[in-house]
Amino acid sequence: MELTTVWFVVLAFLWTGYFFLEGFDFGVGALLPVLGRNDTERRVLINTIGPVWDGNEVWVVAAVGATFAAFPEWYATLLSAFYLPMLLILIALIVRALAFEYRGKRVDPAWQRRWDRCIVFGSVVPAFVWGFVFGNLLAGLPIDADNEFAGSVADLFTLAGLVGGLTTLTLSVLHGAVFLALKTTGDVRTRARTLAGRVLLGALVVTAVALVASDPEPITWATGAAALVALLAAGAANARGREGWAFLGTGAAIVLVSATLFVRLFPDVAPSSLADAYGLTTTNAAATPYTLSIMSWAALAFTPLVLLYQAWTYWVFRKRIGVNDLPPSAGAALASAAK
Amino acid sequence: MDQLDLARWQFGITTVYHYVFVPITIGLSVLVAVLETAYVRTGKEHYKRAAKFWGKLFLINFAIGVATGLVQEFQFGMAWSDYSRYVGDVFGAPLAIEALLAFFLESTFLGLWIFGWDKLPKWAHAACMWIVAIGTMLSAYFILAANSWMQHPVGYRINPDSGRAELTDFVAVLTNSTLLSAFPHVLFACFMTGAALMIGVSAWHLARRRHQDVMRPSFRLASWVMLVAAVGVVISGDMQARIMTEQQPMKMAAAEALYDTVAPASFSIFTIGSLDGSDELFSVRVPRLLSFLATATWDGEVEGINDVQREEEAAYGPGDYRPNVPVAYWTFRLMIGTGLLAAAVAAALLVLTGRPGRWIRGLWPRRLAPPDGETVPRRVWRIGVWAIPLPILANSFGWIFTEMGRQPWVVYGMLRTADGVSPSVSAGTVATSLTVFTLLYAVLGVIEFRLLRSYAMAGPEEPAPEKPVDEDAEDAERQLAFAY
Repeated sequence: MELTTVWFVVLAFLWTGYFFLEGFDFGVGALLPVLGRNDTERRVLINTIGPVWDGNEVWVVAAVGATFAAFPEWYATLLSAFYLPMLLILIALIVRALAFEYRGKRVDPAWQRRWDRCIVFGSVVPAFVWGFVFGNLLAGLPIDADNEFAGSVADLFTLAGLVGGLTTLTLSVLHGAVFLALKTTGDVRTRARTLAGRVLLGALVVTAVALVASDPEPITWATGAAALVALLAAGAANARGREGWAFLGTGAAIVLVSATLFVRLFPDVAPSSLADAYGLTTTNAAATPYTLSIMSWAALAFTPLVLLYQAWTYWVFRKRIGVNDLPPSAGAALASAAK
Repeated sequence: MDQLDLARWQFGITTVYHYVFVPITIGLSVLVAVLETAYVRTGKEHYKRAAKFWGKLFLINFAIGVATGLVQEFQFGMAWSDYSRYVGDVFGAPLAIEALLAFFLESTFLGLWIFGWDKLPKWAHAACMWIVAIGTMLSAYFILAANSWMQHPVGYRINPDSGRAELTDFVAVLTNSTLLSAFPHVLFACFMTGAALMIGVSAWHLARRRHQDVMRPSFRLASWVMLVAAVGVVISGDMQARIMTEQQPMKMAAAEALYDTVAPASFSIFTIGSLDGSDELFSVRVPRLLSFLATATWDGEVEGINDVQREEEAAYGPGDYRPNVPVAYWTFRLMIGTGLLAAAVAAALLVLTGRPGRWIRGLWPRRLAPPDGETVPRRVWRIGVWAIPLPILANSFGWIFTEMGRQPWVVYGMLRTADGVSPSVSAGTVATSLTVFTLLYAVLGVIEFRLLRSYAMAGPEEPAPEKPVDEDAEDAERQLAFAY
């Protein structure tokens, strides 16, 4: 296999890892006001992802960094073309990160409410916008002969973008609901399971529409259909209370949808809607073989290690949590110390 | 302002802001790890409370550092796409390896550290903070490798077909002489920054004679770290100055506002004159010092701005190759001044509150006489609080100097800043993001400052009281050690 192809696969892997991992923690964030009926329940929700969300987020840092190194032209075109959507994602991720860390640092309902809004905004927006970006990318952008984006922001408001965004958002919400059912106890768990059952139908419809809209080839018909089967299986497992299996099912669906996207995209990385010759491909956007081989050694050495210690983190924090398991927040400790 | 100016302001504002938090993170992570290791080795409870207390301040700071760091990785592509295309083959690799090697380590093990207090064996928990600390330092190394390449490109060739830089020797990039002097300089400056925070907060409590069991060892540890790090900063800075004179003579000349080549060169501590260097109204100078800094000899020749301008015109064609001289001149001085002042505060406090303080205890004027059992008046402790912002300022001035001093180049001698900006992004778009980032960062800065202050002033938790016996044992066992 060509090194450029290898790196396309590596990037597909990093993005898929990101959609899988941050997918459920975006889902948890989006469901904060829906499943958390009071402050304690909202804390339970947040603490299911407390120890891991930051590690999950690094997957996007790695994906974007690796794009820069392996396909500099793709990196430059993608980020400058989607300047404003990227701005939106950055703002969302900034307020979300601070919300998790700062929310419990003071005891003040208004303070909590404001950070809760930041968590919802910070989870819903990137979950939608990443899909919006990739939907647009797959459909083709007005890219000129210099690899520059020749359109305006208005050119990004396409049906493909909307379908893409809805797909990643719905799948993340479903994945998050199933994750919550797996990681909590008591009322929250029951409600999460019921909600997952309801979201499932929407996820099936949106995913099916996205598949048809992507103008599939035989192989992506197969991966797309497999994603739908995985969703159905997740639904069946969820209805029977087999939460671990349900989570594997929604996870498999996300992996398969992501695979469908990248297989459909290959060998293009950013097709042009102006002329076929202008589009970016794995070959004309790639770094030199020397850089790619350096990166390959780095990836080969460090990726297994990352997978190993991240898996260990999930093992350490494998227990379910419920409303009775939470110690007072840092803010509460501070307030009682001040008395 | 045109699109280029806006993009430069955006890069400057977001980067300087981000870099307020980074040195605190790097410095404090090591200090927290040292305190927790002291707890593991001695079993003394006050070390644990110290690690937890400083750890809390560390986390409040870390969150905003990470969040604003994301912007850095994205904005090369967003606002500087032509720069990214030109250097991507060289510049992308250290950035990607930073994410893969350093960033994953920091984030994952920090999650384990925050939530793992009772879940992990003591030694493993302390090891998590050491891994975080190592991760932050590796991060600094790879980011500096990328930046040093912009100051002094090595290990590359220009592809004649595409006209772009291509990596030919990654080892050369990772052992760039610029990097090898910048890395220790930056790292020692980070230790000074973390130490200054610890000195300031512990001095504030010690002035009130509160939490002395935690604050006294913290203060002494941080003061010694500050002094050792300051020596490191000076030595590595001296190395850097020599390398800079050789690699970027214009930057050195601008740092001194030296217009005409002289030998031997004096070092101006403070000068007021006209911008073109023709008139000097007032100046305080140390003879021959600049010659020594720049060339390691007391009578070495130091090139002036006018001569370097002529040389660069000959090499790169007509154009203005002079950076903003007043900015370079003043940031260079303020960097050195604020840094040295921070070290001086730590040294003074260490002397006055240590054994020598006991000898001179009686010499304070009666109005300031130290309270019983203390060697210094309360007021003196309070000076420590003023040390907190000094290294932060020194870091910012240092980076503004090194980046603005490189202008008009973004990659020295290769690519002009004006040629790096995204051609497809309009001025209006950049103005939008510049406004949004500036407002958002201002609000978040206020929030983080207040939070940090209230937690710093509250001090460490008091030793846990004996647990009441009637508590449901099963419930207590299920409770998490920590939750958001």
